[in-house]
This record gives sequence, structure tokens and C-alpha cells, in this order.
Amino acid sequence: MLEPFFRWCQSTLIGQAVADSVWAFPILEAVHLLGLCLLGGALLVVDLRMLGVGLTGQPVSRLARHARPWLVAAIVVMVATGVPLFLSEAIKAYYNTSFWVKMSTLPVALGFTFGVRERVARNEGMEPGPRCKVIGAVSLALWFTVAAAGRWIGFS
Amino acid sequence: MIDRFLAWLGETPWSVALLESLYAWPLIESTHVLTLGLFVGATIMMDLRLTGLAFRNVPVQSFTGRLLPWTHAGFIVMTVTGLLLFYSQPLRYYHNVFFRVKVLVMIAAGINAFVFHRGAHRRAAAWGADAMPPRAARIAGTVSLTAWALVVVTGRLIAYNWFDCDIQPQPGWVNWLAGCEAVTE
Repeated sequence: MLEPFFRWCQSTLIGQAVADSVWAFPILEAVHLLGLCLLGGALLVVDLRMLGVGLTGQPVSRLARHARPWLVAAIVVMVATGVPLFLSEAIKAYYNTSFWVKMSTLPVALGFTFGVRERVARNEGMEPGPRCKVIGAVSLALWFTVAAAGRWIGFS
Repeated sequence: MIDRFLAWLGETPWSVALLESLYAWPLIESTHVLTLGLFVGATIMMDLRLTGLAFRNVPVQSFTGRLLPWTHAGFIVMTVTGLLLFYSQPLRYYHNVFFRVKVLVMIAAGINAFVFHRGAHRRAAAWGADAMPPRAARIAGTVSLTAWALVVVTGRLIAYNWFDCDIQPQPGWVNWLAGCEAVTE
């Protein structure tokens, strides 16, 4: 049902331009990876703290507040590079299980991060309780799944 | 001589098995890539603090004391998986332009970290709580950010064979940088 839409995606100007270029895909991939590094750092600093490790001398709320703009920036970079990467090989993505795993986990991870984790982290101090730890662990698990499935798109 | 050793290394049964494996190689490569989030991610956070761009009211010693062990753990995983990937195709990587640049930049990043920890960081008790760290720390943070970004980009580009020795003709400087003469000899 969605296949015609994916065919259209690949026929878009950007999709074609990236697919026809030698350098565009590798460069977009490399920047996508830089976004991953920033995302990983901005997430881990807070998630580890929520689990009670890492920067334990600081309240959770402070780290979450500082990390937030970098987290948002990382997501912007990843989407801005991820969309053209997808457009260039949309039909391959349509038949790729890893792609669907990634794309179904991603909205969950985003919703959880900004809907649940953000709210809890903002009000958490020096002694994260069990609920906070569970949220840190769920955040790590969700984003790990997104990243791992993302990497696997290229292998399957 | 290096070429002969690496060619031999690449023909050892484990190297061949690794390269031809259905799951081992992709799993090792995926671990290498995902650990970037930990190793480079944690490094970026500390560098942002050193440049005064982020976490301005978190003391630098918090990062060097409590986040650095995580960075080190990430580095160990990156190194082990990276060496295994190299072992799967030693001769090809050794003559890959991007691989060579990556190794050089990693050495530069290592020297930069060493200089920082031996220098400005030793006096961190005096400035660690300052929102804006001293010049030496800001330079160390900027160099580190730039170097690791280059390492990530060149690392990703190793996968592309545009400048490999068996793709000719290439500009002279590319062959020089890739050490291609040694292969054709």
C-alpha cells in the first residue's frame, strides 16, 4: 500500500540528486554519524546520571537542562541528513526489515524522551529514585535499538 | 616488509573467516559504530565544557573524574573492535588513504589529550569551576572536537575504495599518500 509513496520518495529531486552523486551519500552518512556522536553524548550524560552513575556530583535536573539544546541539535542534524539518505534509496528501505524496526522505534524514543524523560529529569535532584532509574534505562534501550537497527539497514 | 607482513596476516585463517563471516563482521562493525555514541559522545560533552560552550556551572573535574572512566571504557571497545576490523583486511586498510589520515589524526588527538592532562588540567583546582576555562583548556577542547570529528568522517569513508591502489589512474599525491608504489613493486 505504501510502496507507491516510497517510489515517489525516490523519484524526488533530492532523492535522485543524492543517488546520482558519488560524494553526496558518503558525506551525508558521515555527518549522520557525527550527529549520532553528539546524540549519544547528550543522551548518555543524562541517562547515566539517572541510573545513578556518571556525573554523580551534579543534580539530574542541571545536567538535563544543559544537555537539552545539544540533544535537540543532534536530532536536527540526524533528521536533516537522514531524510535525504532515505530518499536516495527509499525503495530499498521499503523492503528492509531494519528500516521498519528503526522507523517504528524512533517515534517511541522521541516521544519517550521529550514526553516522559524530560519531565522527570527536570524535577530530579541528587538522589534519583527507582522510577528515575527505570526511565534512564528505557531511554538507553530505545535509542540503542534505533541506532543498531539504523546501522543494520546497510547490512541487510 | 610491512606489506609482506600484512599480506601474511590477511591470509591467516581467522582473518579470512572474519572477512567472509555472515554475522561476525557486521556485528563487530556495528559495535564499533554504536560505541561512537559512548566514546566520541562523552568526549564531545567534555570538550564542550572545556570550550565554555556548555555545562558552564558543572566543574571540569566532574567531567574528568566521573565521566572519563566511561570514555575510557568506550575507547577500549573502539580499539578492540577497530583492531579486529583491521585484522579482517589488513593490507587493504593499510593502503587506504582515509585509514591513514584517520590514524594520523587519532595520534594528534592523543597528543592533544596528553598535553592537556599534563598541563592545564593539573591546575584545574584553580579554574575548574569557572564558567569560561583558561585559553589552554579552550584550545585543547577545540582541537579535540575537530580531531574526533575528522576521525569519524575519515573512518566512515574508509568503506569507499575510490582511492585504493587497484583503482588507477590516480593523482600522484593520492598514490603517495596511499603508499601505492609499495604494492605494485
